[in-house]
Amino acid sequence: MTALASPLPSAVPCGPEIRHERGQRAVFCGLTGIVWLHRKIQDAFFLVVGSRTCAHLIQSAAGVMIFAEPRFATAIIEERDLAGLADAHEELDRVVRRLLERRPDIKLLFLVGSCPSEVIKLDLGRAAARLSGTFAPDVRVLSYSGSGIETTFTQGEDACLAALVPDLPHSNDESLLVVGALADVVEDQFSRLFADLGIADVRFLPGRRAADRAPIGPKTRYLLAQPFLTDTARALEDRGATRIPAPFPLGAEGTTLWLAAAARAFGISPARLAAVTEAGRTRAARALQAHRASLSGRRVFFFPDSQLEVPLARFLSREMGAELIEVGTPYLHRGHLADDLALLPDGTRVTEGQSLDDQLDRCRAARPDLTVCGLGLANPLEAEDLATKWSIELLFTPIQGYEQAGDLAGLFTRPLARRARLEG
Amino acid sequence: MQLTLWTYEGPPHIGAMRVATAMRGLHYVLHAPQGDTYADLLFTMIERHGARPPVTYTTFQARDLGSDTAEIFKQAAAAAYERFRPQAMIVGASCTAELLQDDPAGLSKALGLPIPVIPLELPAYQKKENWGASETFYRLVRTLAPAAPAPERPKASCNILGPTSLGFRHRDDLREVRGLLGDLGIAVNVVAPLGATPADLGRLGQAAFNVVLYPEVARNAAQWLEKTHGQPFVETAPIGVTGTTAFIEAVAALAGVDPAPVLQGEGSRLTWYARSVDSTYLTGKRVFVFGDATHAIAAARVAAREIGFSVVGLGTYSREFAREVRAEAALHGIEALITDDYLAVEAAIAAAQPELVLGTQMERHIAKRLGIPCAVISAPMHVQDVPARHAPQMGFEGANVLFDTFVHPLMMGLEEHLLAMFRDDPEFHDRVAPSHLGGRPREEAETAVVAAPVTAATPVVWSIEAERELKKVPFFVRGKARHNTERFARERALPLITVETLYDAKAHFSR
Repeated sequence: MTALASPLPSAVPCGPEIRHERGQRAVFCGLTGIVWLHRKIQDAFFLVVGSRTCAHLIQSAAGVMIFAEPRFATAIIEERDLAGLADAHEELDRVVRRLLERRPDIKLLFLVGSCPSEVIKLDLGRAAARLSGTFAPDVRVLSYSGSGIETTFTQGEDACLAALVPDLPHSNDESLLVVGALADVVEDQFSRLFADLGIADVRFLPGRRAADRAPIGPKTRYLLAQPFLTDTARALEDRGATRIPAPFPLGAEGTTLWLAAAARAFGISPARLAAVTEAGRTRAARALQAHRASLSGRRVFFFPDSQLEVPLARFLSREMGAELIEVGTPYLHRGHLADDLALLPDGTRVTEGQSLDDQLDRCRAARPDLTVCGLGLANPLEAEDLATKWSIELLFTPIQGYEQAGDLAGLFTRPLARRARLEG
Repeated sequence: MQLTLWTYEGPPHIGAMRVATAMRGLHYVLHAPQGDTYADLLFTMIERHGARPPVTYTTFQARDLGSDTAEIFKQAAAAAYERFRPQAMIVGASCTAELLQDDPAGLSKALGLPIPVIPLELPAYQKKENWGASETFYRLVRTLAPAAPAPERPKASCNILGPTSLGFRHRDDLREVRGLLGDLGIAVNVVAPLGATPADLGRLGQAAFNVVLYPEVARNAAQWLEKTHGQPFVETAPIGVTGTTAFIEAVAALAGVDPAPVLQGEGSRLTWYARSVDSTYLTGKRVFVFGDATHAIAAARVAAREIGFSVVGLGTYSREFAREVRAEAALHGIEALITDDYLAVEAAIAAAQPELVLGTQMERHIAKRLGIPCAVISAPMHVQDVPARHAPQMGFEGANVLFDTFVHPLMMGLEEHLLAMFRDDPEFHDRVAPSHLGGRPREEAETAVVAAPVTAATPVVWSIEAERELKKVPFFVRGKARHNTERFARERALPLITVETLYDAKAHFSR
């Protein structure tokens, strides 16, 4: 796809067929985001205030114990903490003190709320303010909720980034803020592209270190790099920033449209954009070409998981020629995803929410060539001879931008190629 | 509040899931928010199950809290029955739902389902995974095993109680123990929970006695069966040659069969391998043991009595079995470490300076950081703990596995002698890479890594001669020599470590 993609349709004439479903869900809670967020913000520590279940979840989701001295932990609420709240705050102070004594390298501490801390209404915002006072200026303490009654999987990142926004310094200068955790390598590639386009002041949220705080204000325009940042966007707009609407930078087309939106917002000519992106587009096209044969015409079913489903479906259908059976997503932000939804084939079945057993029935009946699902479902579906791509990998692997377009396609072709080898 | 980096056990409802997933025809309705569904992947990824665990989660959300989470539970339970048609159901709440006090027991009773529905009270803020497994199994047995004892009970018949899903080598232990019982001519009536249906639990009373493989899971149920059904039980863990022999004698006595043919059989290679001269170097190796109670106690016994190690640390995260572990530790002349605090275990290992750690995946990380060899002997489970091959801990084959598991991380004995003998050989000394790798000098990194984390406390000064002398100590014990000498010097407030100090320390610690 060396030519620039055609301009977006201005309205959705028929568009996808969006349904809602309620019932049993099979998704992670927002605490899971800690697993990649703590790698991204290199001097931050995430302290979950929760139950043994929370500790067990993070440990299980974190690739089953890969980091010997992680920058996350759980303050496990016990029976005696439930007896009285005043006591719980003292306990929390004690735990935080012990933690920070052990880890003087920590500059930013997140107190992360959980289902039990929400239900007992433990005020972590107040605790964070108090502890910030105690440990300033060495350590800043912020809080957000990763609870499963309020957040689904990637919404934990949304809550975390939203908590960072009030803490950003003010500026009246024109700037571009790219929002959403990206792998460092992807950030660097985008930085180079924006510099070549001539956008001078480009910052990323979250920063790589606690001290790396992008100034924002009324002349800040922000570009979402992830589709699950509802609260973060709202917090940025409260600070006067405005969103640049765009599809998400997945695949060559998605990346081009994403960059094009920024270029338009900053008054950069289409010719300049074409020149700057040409090398990337060419490389991406070459990389994608290798995968198209094995994905073209394949029938794909998405279980709801990361909220990346809609842009991924758009990429698979438009750039890889795959056929979409059902695109499940835990939550659909119609505003942020408008451009991606508009690019889905008419009549694509998009399901918001979940009723697990009913959805499994539909999946089994459709017998897709590839099912994108969470880790809990992958092996059971494989055992039924359905090829799967487990979706958490889409969060851990750098997939955005031109240079990663081939890797993104590769994540979907690998399960198919593997089956072909094993059957071979 | 407890600060936790890693947990040894999950919450108690995970224990209930381990029982439910092990069984057939049983369904678990769990009142829990969506995040708790992560538990599925423990079974489908770590144990590679080809089916979802038989669990329905209510996955209530914040917006439901104001309205009616109880109604959500009722609907989920009714729908689960309709869809899966189990023989029996267990119902309960996870930590968050426990706070809501929706009473799953009463709600499910109100549904009037035509099957036994067993409510579980698993206090999530007090208890942990193994307790939850034990309580669940006990409740199931209490409800489903009829109170009236069976009229006819062949003397040489037993049930095997305890193996679950996601248990450390339970699958392989079961095969081994079944084999032993078969060789003894003892019939196995029911194995539970692994592979049993609720109907099978109704037949438990037809056996003469029970074999408890894992007291963490099955002791409570076995005690109840003893009381109400008059079934005695054997709790001797058939781990190691001594343990297996004691187990065979115990079950043979209860079954009224002759153990001699099985005891005189092939046995385990462990006994001879431990006596073989190449094992001499294993003598007195300092070993630190930590795990669940069954595996920690058994590993300590095998290590000390069957392989000839010195047990310098023994501990467990199973508080329910603290008494048993303390008693075993006393036999080794040490005090048991009873804790589920990973940081406390780390400190204890660093202080004990073992040459081998037998622990869980957590201790593997600690040992890696301290530069100490380690073998994993207990849950929590890791995908590596579910090997494709048959790798039991129990029975004679289990003893073979233990020998290999404990010994392989250590450097082989003859190799160690040769290294010492040839340590000054220009092609062989520790500063040079092996000749087949080009023989270039290698970095001193290894020994520094070994010593550094432990000796962070007070800096002590080494004289140049003493440093030089230390380099002559074989590299695989150099870290320990350095540590001991520094400790010796610190304890005596010696300002400088000389060659004399080095040998004084050596003499002091080799007492």
